[in-house]
Amino acid sequence: MKYLVLLLIFLNLSCKSDKKAPVILEVHDFAGVAPYLELEGSKTYVVNFWATWCAPCVKELPHFETLQANYKDSVEVILVSLDFPHQYETKLKPFIQKHHLKSKVVVLDDPDMNSWIPKVNPQWDGAIPVTLIYNKSKRMFYSRTFTYQELETELKTF
Amino acid sequence: MKTIFFLFLLFFTVAFSPIIHDKGYDIGDVATDFKLENIDGNFVSLSDFKQAKGFIVVFTCNTCPYAVAYEVRIEALNKEYAPKGYPVIAIMPNNVQSKPGDSMTAMQKRAKEKGFTFPYLIDADQSIYPQYGATKTPHVYILESTDKGPVVQYIGAIDDNYKDAALVKIKYVQNAVDALLEGVTFETHKTKAIGCSIKI
Repeated sequence: MKYLVLLLIFLNLSCKSDKKAPVILEVHDFAGVAPYLELEGSKTYVVNFWATWCAPCVKELPHFETLQANYKDSVEVILVSLDFPHQYETKLKPFIQKHHLKSKVVVLDDPDMNSWIPKVNPQWDGAIPVTLIYNKSKRMFYSRTFTYQELETELKTF
Repeated sequence: MKTIFFLFLLFFTVAFSPIIHDKGYDIGDVATDFKLENIDGNFVSLSDFKQAKGFIVVFTCNTCPYAVAYEVRIEALNKEYAPKGYPVIAIMPNNVQSKPGDSMTAMQKRAKEKGFTFPYLIDADQSIYPQYGATKTPHVYILESTDKGPVVQYIGAIDDNYKDAALVKIKYVQNAVDALLEGVTFETHKTKAIGCSIKI
């Protein structure tokens, strides 16, 4: 009986994990990510550069998710991950699954940083997290972290 | 209520508008000397290196993946250039309260594991990195010893591929130090490096 219960628990668990949709990563070099920095739709685009190993990034990530949920008609959040390729399977995919990230995640894999950092913004010194907010009429770059309230306040200036 | 909301908004807008960083050093500035604790318990200053023609100052740490990716290359730089008069001086700038993995004990352990031959100093009161204008790890400052003091000659990345040393095309730091040693001018004095923000 004991074993049967264990078996049932095991089956139940394995069913649960089966239900998780596999995470398919969209990995680009900078040329592939660049279009996300220049979208021309009617929304306001919030582009956050982050990585799973970056503690301040992980801390503020839920605020971007909340922002996306609260403003789903007018805002598109794009999370640009700088995780290393050898950690896509071990860190990034599990993180996306565990936190049920709803925002779009694109992965930037381009080691020639000196060539693309200034193209994101000339003011960027290369440290993460950084965030770019833009729409048709305004564009701002933030080398800082956000609370939800700060993020929303900033969004309202757009 | 509305007024309070607006005041709130104003407060946040003013208090948290994009921060304009104090830029720290630019090329040609004279860098400050320091007296920082090394992993062996001694305190190290630039002025201790009487014969040095200059320095490769690297703000780095144990915990940042980019810094880790460059550990072997930083050690190689010291092996090559310390004998030529340009030793590597590594400085760990993070607040160890927020990054316990960068504590002095952790630094000692890492240096031993990796066989660091350069001084690995801790900016314990976090007073030196802001003067240099370092914002992340790893962040390199090449200083040239002159009569005026150590003059900043290069700021930025070690090379153009943080992922794979074998795929590096441009060795920014080596090119700069080689040129300084030969006494010739060089083109790239500043590059952008990706890194982890320094933890305060």
